[in-house]
Formats: sequence, structure tokens, C-alpha cells
Amino acid sequence: MNGASAIGESAIQAGCKFYFGYPITPQNELPEYMSRRLPEVDGGVFLQAESELSAINMVLGASAAGARVMTSSSSPGISLKQEGISYIAAQELPAVIVNVVRGGPGLGHIAFSQADYFQSTRGGGHGDYRTIVLAPNSVQEMADMTFRAFDLAEDYRTPVLVLGDGILGQMMEPVVIPEAKEDLVPVTKDYIVTGAKNRESRVIKSFFVEGKDLEEHNWKLFRKYKRIEENEVRCERYMLEDAEMVVVAYGTAARIAKGAINRLRSEDGDVKIGMIRPTTLWPFPSEVIKDVSRQITDFFVFELSMGQMIDDVRLALDGGGHIHFYGRPGSVVPTPSELARIMARHYHKAQRREKG
Amino acid sequence: MKQVYSRPKSLKRVWMHYCPGCGHSITHRLIAELLDEMELQDKAICIPPPGCSVLAYNYLDIDMVEAPHGRGAAVATGIKRVRPECLVFSYQGDGDLAAIGTAETLHAANRGEFVTAIFVNNAVYAMTGGQMAPTTLSGQKTTTSPYGRNPQTDGKPIKMSEILSAFDGTSYLERVAVNNPKNIRRTKKAIRKAFEHQIDKKGFSLVEILSPCPINWKMDPLKACEWIDEVMTKEFPLGVIKEV
Repeated sequence: MNGASAIGESAIQAGCKFYFGYPITPQNELPEYMSRRLPEVDGGVFLQAESELSAINMVLGASAAGARVMTSSSSPGISLKQEGISYIAAQELPAVIVNVVRGGPGLGHIAFSQADYFQSTRGGGHGDYRTIVLAPNSVQEMADMTFRAFDLAEDYRTPVLVLGDGILGQMMEPVVIPEAKEDLVPVTKDYIVTGAKNRESRVIKSFFVEGKDLEEHNWKLFRKYKRIEENEVRCERYMLEDAEMVVVAYGTAARIAKGAINRLRSEDGDVKIGMIRPTTLWPFPSEVIKDVSRQITDFFVFELSMGQMIDDVRLALDGGGHIHFYGRPGSVVPTPSELARIMARHYHKAQRREKG
Repeated sequence: MKQVYSRPKSLKRVWMHYCPGCGHSITHRLIAELLDEMELQDKAICIPPPGCSVLAYNYLDIDMVEAPHGRGAAVATGIKRVRPECLVFSYQGDGDLAAIGTAETLHAANRGEFVTAIFVNNAVYAMTGGQMAPTTLSGQKTTTSPYGRNPQTDGKPIKMSEILSAFDGTSYLERVAVNNPKNIRRTKKAIRKAFEHQIDKKGFSLVEILSPCPINWKMDPLKACEWIDEVMTKEFPLGVIKEV
């Protein structure tokens, strides 16, 4: 199954009956999958919107009405959705948004990239908010993280981004789709609009006439984001036990890096490199990096962008450690052997420095 | 004694913030009366817009979801698709529905979404201080058309109701006004019709309400009401534009 379809099926199994989207390459396999599958689901609705703006606002409406709902797009389309994502975050509504990242800026290129890291992890739209960002690196993780994204979105009443890329969306791998949820009763949510029958009327809004009310609202969001930072950081630790240099990479870049690490370890036992692979980009595994930096001082950041996540690594190290960087803007993929050569060069440089 | 007039149950017991002579308060009341009469208060979901009427949720005692500027029809679509049993209506101004939200409005109408748009046309962006709107009349002075709207460079006022009548998805379109008792009664009938069309799943319905904005028109409330009759209705004639 390709990554995009795995996301689609996993979303349906997670109880998502509503999908609103607008075509853009390289994520069309997902709306196409949903347009085939959702009519088979009881009460399922697939709607191709007239724009990304409309699609995200349909998501806003459907979520306000209590549904599990998803939209997807790729970089230029995600830029258009930022208006709605800001409102959804402000109105504290759950939503799952998939970004199959392509090259940018502008129209860029239809292939993969990781250049949307800043946009994804810094809120993306206007105002002081964050979105949870999940970063899969296989078709299986596309399925698993999409499934989990719906729970996270509802637990915290906040938009969750699943950040794939053009490679992950289109590549095919065996996958086990998570099992359907049986006991979903969305009407138990106490904030959704259903018509005010036998209860007081409800308002879902983000506008505050009084400055002090908006301040309180932002404090409330901030406290929620703190809770998320405390509870939802996830990452994979790979071969750190004996490592003398740590790669920090996510998604497709982490797959390439893992190949390079394995190659170096099998070819040359002296090059001991491990990896921290954040699977949540926000919240970022800063504490893990800080902890590891007590043992290992060299961090090699590899991104398919010209350096965005590296800022979070710098913040995590807070002036400590030594940061190495290799970035490619995306759309052209370095091979594991190419990356291995570069990593080995940095590794030996660090070793020489250590030996003085 | 027979009671002939009271506050509708769907209207909250609070003062409205609207300016003297503004049409919003009349329109809110008509909607509240209809929700009572049609027994829809517990089924209704309104989508108020950014603008003066964003605070409609302080006045109408029903479920409300605030939409981003222009996106009322898209938010309404999302809600209605999840809750087809509810009465879903957006409350939108001219800039909202006919400029920034043109695409959302046209496509929701073309899909024939079973939702209703209450389209308040006062020919200016009121909340922001009276700038030129898509429905500003030719020659009309606003803060961004200080020499009067020039049709050569700004185009002529957009007639959304007439544009929407071309779509098969629309089933009821009427232009009314809230500037005198006769027109106000007509407005109430039009909104009732529009709601009925939604409930009967006939199609997308819209009521365009010519509404006075004395502050931004720089007129006293009476003159603003007269201006609707004397000037505005010449460009935007009242009446049923489409009924299927």
C-alpha cells in the first residue's frame, strides 16, 4: 500500500467519516482514496472543495459539529490552509491535517522536501499557537501516526499535523492498518454544536472584545501547550549506547541516515554513530538531546532543507556540544553511501578535535 | 388581555451594541421570531462573520460557530454535512459574502448545499470604518473611495443574488430591505421561505437584506432608510429573484 492510502484507511479506521480537500501533487492519492472509500462508510462524506481555504473551513465546521475530520494537502496548499488552522487552534477544535511536503518556496517542485519544518512547528499562521506535529518515516508509521493523531487532536482539542513528504506519500510498503474503533461516541463532547436542545446554547469563537479575555484565552492555550510538551514528546533512539556522534534527523532524512549509519558500522567498526529521530517535531525532544549531550558532544543534523530543525537542536543544546550540519534543499535525494562519506568526514574531524 | 408583542425566546435578554438606526438588530429580531414560530431554536446553528455582527452570538440564543472572514459558506457546509438534521445558516455582510468569500459562496450555492445565507448588504465595510465594499454604489463616497466609486476603475456594484440565480443548486433567492415596516414584514416572510427551502431540501437559499448603516453613510437614521428606497433599490431592486 502507498503511504497516502495507508493514511486514508487508517483515518477511516480511527473513525474519520469526513474528508475535505483540494487536489495538489504529490498527495492526490489520498483524496482519491478517500473519494473511493468514504462513500462505503456509513455516513461518510468526501467533498472536493473549491480551494484549500474552503477545505480547511469545512474541516472547522465539521469539527465544530462533532465529527472526526481530516484534510490533506502539500506545501503550497498548506500555506493556504494556515488561516483556518489558526482559527481551529484558537477555537480549540480537533482536526487532523496531513502535509505531504514538496519542494518550495513558491510553486517549487512536486517531489519531496522537509522545508516546511518552520511553518509546521511554529504554528504556521497568525497568532501565538502551536500544532502537534507527527513525523512518520515509513508507510506503517504513516498509518499508526494518523490513527494516533485523531486521539491527540481530541484529547487536547487542537489541530494535529501529520508531516510526510513526497517520498513517504507515494512509496509502497507492507502495512498493518490499526483496528477500527468501536466505541466512538462523538456526541459526548461538551463543546460541539448540535442545536441547543435541552441545554444552554453554545458558542465556538476566537474573537474577544475585551483584551483581558483574550489574554486569559491565550494563557489557557499556553497551559495546554505546556501539558502537551510534558506528555507527548516522542522520538526513536538508535544505536546510542556506544555512539560518539549522534545524527538528528526525521522522516525520509532519518531513513537515509539510518542506512548511512548501518553502512559505516558494517564497513568500518571505528565509526560509531547513533541517531535521535524525533517522531514529534512539536513538541520537540529537547530534553532527550540535552540528556544525550552529557555523554556525546557531537550532533550531526541532517535535513532535506537548508537548516530548519537545526535551530531546535541548537536550542536544546543551549550553547553546549558541537553541531555539524548537512542539508539538501529537497527534490534531489542523497544516497546513504553519499551521506555516509559526509558523516564519516565530520566524525573523523570531531575525533581529531577530541584527541587535540 | 391578549399579548401581541414580546421578546422572542430565541433572543437573549441583553442590550445590543449596534449603532442607532442599524439594520442588524431588526434582522436579529426577525430571525429570533422565526426560530420561535417555526420551533427551530433547538435545531439551529448560526455562523456569524467577523464584522459588526460577530457579536450576534451575544444576542441569538442558539448554537453559534464563528467563521473566518468570508468562509461562512464553507463552515456552514462542514456543519450541515455532519448534522443534516439541523437548520444551518450563515449571517454575512457584503464584503464577507461578495468579496473575500465569493468563491465559498458561489461553490456552496452551486453544490446546492442545504444551508441558508442571511446576506446583509449595507454597501460598505462597516466595522472597519466605512470602506468601499463590492456592493458600494457607483459614485458613492466611502473612506477608500473619497471621490466616489468609479465604475471605470472599481467596477460596478456586484449583484450576488442575480449571479447566484444562474446556478441550478440555488432554490430561493430574494432581495428585501429593513428600512420600513412593510419591507421588514416582507423580510421576515423571505427568511421564513429560505428556511423552509432548506428544511425541504430544495437547495441553497439566500436572502439579501438591504440594511441601513447611518454612521458610515453619514446620514441620520431616517435619511438612511429613505436612501435605501431612493437610491439603493435603483441598483438593487427588491423582490424574489429565484424560487424553485
